[in-house]
Amino acid sequence: MIPIILGITLVVAIFIQIAPGDPARIKIGNEATEEEYQALRDEMGLDDPFFVRYFRFLGNALRGDFGKSFYNSRPVMAEIFQRFRYTIVIALLSVTLAVLVGVPLGIFAATHQYTIMDNAAIALALVCVSMPSFFFALLMIRFFALTLGILPPSGITTWQGWILPTLSLALGFAATITRQMRSNMLEVIRQDYITTARSKGLSEFKIRYKHALKNAIIPIIMIVGGIFGMALGGAMIAEIIFSVPGLGQYTLGGLTGRDYPIVQGSTFFMSVIFSVIMLLIDLGFAFIDPRIRSQFARRRKRERVS
Amino acid sequence: MNDNMNDNILEIRDLVVEYRTDEAIIHAVNGVNLVVKRGETLGLVGETGAGKTTIAKSILRILPTPPSKICGGEIVFDGEDLMQKSESAMRKIRGEKIAMIFQDPMTALNPIERIGAQISEAIAQHNKIKRYEAENRASDMLEMVGIPMERYNEYPHQFSGGMKQRVVIAMALACNPTLLIADEPTTALDVTIQAQVLEIMQSLKERLGTSVIMITHDLGVVANCCSSVAVIYAGEIVEYGSAVQVFDFPTHPYTIGLFGSLPKLNSTEPRLKPITGLMPDPANLPTGCSFYERCPDAKEQCSGSKPAMVEIEAGHFVKCFRDGGGE
Repeated sequence: MIPIILGITLVVAIFIQIAPGDPARIKIGNEATEEEYQALRDEMGLDDPFFVRYFRFLGNALRGDFGKSFYNSRPVMAEIFQRFRYTIVIALLSVTLAVLVGVPLGIFAATHQYTIMDNAAIALALVCVSMPSFFFALLMIRFFALTLGILPPSGITTWQGWILPTLSLALGFAATITRQMRSNMLEVIRQDYITTARSKGLSEFKIRYKHALKNAIIPIIMIVGGIFGMALGGAMIAEIIFSVPGLGQYTLGGLTGRDYPIVQGSTFFMSVIFSVIMLLIDLGFAFIDPRIRSQFARRRKRERVS
Repeated sequence: MNDNMNDNILEIRDLVVEYRTDEAIIHAVNGVNLVVKRGETLGLVGETGAGKTTIAKSILRILPTPPSKICGGEIVFDGEDLMQKSESAMRKIRGEKIAMIFQDPMTALNPIERIGAQISEAIAQHNKIKRYEAENRASDMLEMVGIPMERYNEYPHQFSGGMKQRVVIAMALACNPTLLIADEPTTALDVTIQAQVLEIMQSLKERLGTSVIMITHDLGVVANCCSSVAVIYAGEIVEYGSAVQVFDFPTHPYTIGLFGSLPKLNSTEPRLKPITGLMPDPANLPTGCSFYERCPDAKEQCSGSKPAMVEIEAGHFVKCFRDGGGE
């Protein structure tokens, strides 16, 4: 987890180093004299060597200080906290919605394999997987906001404002989960232990939901982790389309304005959040799958011995 | 064969099973007749792909449909035709009256359920008893197959292959079934464990009075524990009789070939004598005798039509023209 965060920050720092654009020039404008310009560069620390700047950022970040924005001098950390709640709410809502829709739909498709319903579900999922979320966003704005006029096209002033950004993200994720759930279920149902369960005289319901589902859902947990990462990224796009004052918008603004503290601070923050979520996913694995749990236990025992 | 209903726990008559795919129809079982007497152990011998497992799963009606289809025949268990039963009536028979031990203990247990729970589940399904009673009986079953009941709450990955197979046996015998189908119970195990597992099965069978169908391709296993033997080839029974009859007087050329291909400890021959050729493609069976291609005694007659089953001595049946299968 820590190497991942370090790696991400290092890559971001390298990109900043090699990306064109000069924040000092942007801030000071073209009319300033060469002395003023150089004084500003010194003040911003832009002329320091790469590693000095990188470790200065890292050291400050660990103390919870991401620095101040180059342009409006507001502390980045406070800004991130204020904006992050929009992003995390959209990401969490869309992932939850995707799981709630995708898992049952996948089970349904698997248990009705080769029927019209299954084909319809799979065709729908294929469409939703293939379409980018911003395209959904635009379609939905057109339909719900312009044609029907029941939902606001942008901004979050009332609770209805959350619906479209969340939906536009959730559709693609739900489709991914549906497809995965269906194929897992179909694979598990062919396993020998399902035949064993059947030979015990269990009802189809018990076979399906006690023996098959639990095994089929394990890989889904992994996928949900990946999807959550995509949701954090995808939320940025949704935020821009729907004018939500979230972290994505902030980061994008920082990127275009070469406001390095914002870029570095928010990627650092996002990578910490993502790592924590991956950790939770791994713990969730151990909770469901005893094979992984005993791996943990064995390692702990070995450590105690050595 | 024997028509006495009370004597026979299971009678299979003219069973035909096919697997249908888009490309071909695979004739897995072609008109099989079998009788299992109460308390006896019937050995079902044949090579891989002969249709042994398909017969076993047809009895329990747990073949995946599609692609498989039971096209005809009767399976009479304890006087009732299982083919006519509803799915819910079949569920009451599975596990309680007829239980099955599977070939590969590594995959036959649900990897994320505790083994004790997997055993007690079968008990609770068929008996209206309290949960702790089912659990008690499950731990007794574990003890019976030689696994300490302290391991009740462990998961399959914590057991060795032989122990897993014993768990599977405990699970199968948990409800005192009248008929136990053991589908190659020792194939996936190494030889020392094989003997152990067979011994457990044998002693439990004697204690509980269970009838057993022992599916195997290991003639040694048959010699050890079966009272009668059916030799199956390309989905047909080619020879059937008591173990003594089949082992001492093998009559069908395929059976003779099977015994001939066994290594002999006291012989000085440097090579084994396999049966030449391969089993015919079950999607494309010959019109004549299915063993024609590989038979050392094949005559012209054999390629044209199928021989009928004849009784060459009391209780010993052979399907070959050489023994009068043409009349």
